[in-house]
Order: sequence, then C-alpha cells, then structure tokens
Amino acid sequence: MHEVSLMQDTVIIATKQARDAGAQRIHRIMMRVGALSGAVPETLEFAFDIVAKGTMAEGAALDIERVPIRCYCAACAQEFEPADFVCECTRCGQPSTDIRRGRELQVTSLEVS
Amino acid sequence: MCKDCGCGLPGDVAIDGVPAGAPQHDHSHGHSHDHGHSHDHDHQHPHDHAHEHGHPHEHTHDHPHPEDHTAHRTLSLERGILEKNDRLAERNRGYFLAKNLYVLNILASPGAGKTAFIERTAADLGTRVRLGVIVGDLATENDAVRLRGRGIPAIQITTGSVCHLDAEMVSRAMERLDLNALDVLIIENVGNLVCPAVYDLGETARVVLLSVTEGEDKPLKYPVMFQSAQVVVVNKTDIAAAVGFDREAALRNIRRVAPNATILEVSARTGDGMQRWYDLLASRLPR
Repeated sequence: MHEVSLMQDTVIIATKQARDAGAQRIHRIMMRVGALSGAVPETLEFAFDIVAKGTMAEGAALDIERVPIRCYCAACAQEFEPADFVCECTRCGQPSTDIRRGRELQVTSLEVS
Repeated sequence: MCKDCGCGLPGDVAIDGVPAGAPQHDHSHGHSHDHGHSHDHDHQHPHDHAHEHGHPHEHTHDHPHPEDHTAHRTLSLERGILEKNDRLAERNRGYFLAKNLYVLNILASPGAGKTAFIERTAADLGTRVRLGVIVGDLATENDAVRLRGRGIPAIQITTGSVCHLDAEMVSRAMERLDLNALDVLIIENVGNLVCPAVYDLGETARVVLLSVTEGEDKPLKYPVMFQSAQVVVVNKTDIAAAVGFDREAALRNIRRVAPNATILEVSARTGDGMQRWYDLLASRLPR
C-alpha cells in the first residue's frame, strides 16, 4: 500500500512541471504503469483523489496506461509476453531474467491550462 | 494520519525515537522587499512595435478574462515517479562504496525471522566481521534494543506507518552509525513483501527471506520482491517437517521467479546451514 506515497510524488512532479510551464490547472495526468512495477492501478486511482485535494491537480482525470510484461529469451532470440509473472520462454520454457518491459512507473504527460 | 494507508496511526518517521520529519529546507524568508518601485514612466512606452493589427484600437472583443481563452495544452514529461528515491539511493551507494562498506537490504514478511537471522550472523561472525544494523519497523524500538543487547550497533527507524524504508530514511539513519568502524551494514527492512521491493536504498545486495511456515508458493505470489533478490534464504528449516513444508516445490518456485538468485536453506535458530551464508558473505566482501 505504498500507492499513496507514489501518487504524492506524482502530484509533486506534475505540479512543478505545470507551474514551470506557466499553467494554472492540471486537467489530466497520464501515467504508464507496468505489471511488475509493484503498484496497483486501481489503488493509484484511489490514492490520487486523496492526495490531489487542495493542489492544482484536484479534480484532474488520471489515465493509466498498463504495460504488460515483455521478456527476452536469448536462446530463441524472441521477445515474449509471459502468461503470468514468471518469465519463462513461451517457446523453450527456459526462465529469463531479461525483462524488457513491465517495470514502468512514470508520469508521461499532463494536460494543463 | 498515516501517509500510506490512511489508517490514522499517529507519528512520522523517527530515528531512534527522534522525529526525522523536520522540514529539509530551512530558508528563513528574511528578505524584506524594500526596493520601492519608483520608476516614473509617464506612459511614454518605448516599445516600438507599431500595433499594425487590423482593428483600429477600439478593443471591442468581449472576452473579459484572459484565462477564459487559454486552451488546454499537453506537456510531455516521461518522468519516473521513483526518480527522487533512485537519486538518493545512488548517493547512498556512492557513499557506501567510498567507505568500502558492503550493504545488505534484508526483506521478508513479518515474522520470517529477519532479526533472528541477523542476530545469528553477528554472533557467529563475532569480531571477524564488524556488523552494524539499521532496522525499520512501523513502531517500537524492540528490534534495535534486541540487537544492541547482543553488542551489535543498531539504529531503529520507526516509520510511523509507512510500509517500507526509503533511501532518505536510510541516509538519515546512517549518520548515527560510525560507518568507518563497520565492514557490513545490514538494513532490516519493514516486514512486507510488496512495497519495499521497489525502493532502492543504495544496497550492495538484496536478501529475501522466506520461512517454511509461509507456504511454498510465496515467490509466485510476490514475484516483484523475489525477482529483485540476489540471495533467497529459506529460514526455519528446523521446523519444516512439522509444518509439512514441501521443499522441492518451494525451491522450484524460487528458481522460476528468480533464476539467478543464490538459494540458501538455514535455521537461524539452530545455526544449521548458516555456514554457506558466511562463506557467501566472505566471498563478496571487499578486500
């Protein structure tokens, strides 16, 4: 349940960027959240409403792009999306530690005025 | 109120009982704007752009406030939410390197035996390896007191209600330890298999403990945590039979999630299996 901390940091990053750009309000925050990021999108949304209160992001929409896990198998020279959180190659079954996507936890853009 | 779960628990982060939540920027706002705006321009504006836009200065456009017609625009950021913590963690890491200090981040569920594992390690290594501990819990100084009772320098971070340690808490706590007198710094994280996984503290290696009472499928349930481990320690092997622990299944699940991690099976209580851990530690320590 560290999503409140994460959203607090998100709002801090967003309001600073918006202010630096001369904006008065944030209408939308777009995020990218990987399946292996350790954060739950629904919980982030819930936390956002709480932490945005009283900031220029209050009432803003939160768009979360969910990023599935993509691993790479060197033996098969293929990228694959594992069925669960375990990166076993869908072709040869060997475990992989080369995780290419799925760890994202980012603010990608803001809609401001 | 709790920053993380809203549970209403009191208190902020404290290090050995001293609140650490003091504001970091101490600027005292003492400038007293005395420059008295006395430029006497009598409206002879020298800006020479010759107002050539078609309408002859009878401003009749009727939008009264400028903010009414500022359109929404998009700012591109691409910023990592944890970048501040990551930056502080790198600072810690550089500091540890400069001190020639090997730093372990020990993670597990509550009750997996983290403190017992550290106590046993300190007792067995004795004076051969100088250990210090930073221990995180939501409340109480019990663990630090327990470790100090065994002669181990220990600093307690009470997080109030925050479910993980972060790099800043560690950097504040380590100021209270004489790092020059240590070979190994062990950071015992808050008992939790979720949140601490994504907070880099600047450690050299991560050790995740799993006790035999927790169930063999724990690595599959908490993959983010187990994937981040360099070492996975299966603890409480002395009671494995009593709790019907399926060793093969547990080891298989650990290997599936963390194929590169070193797996150790120990009983911190009896000391069984601990020698492999000491050998591993010795092989990793800077000379």
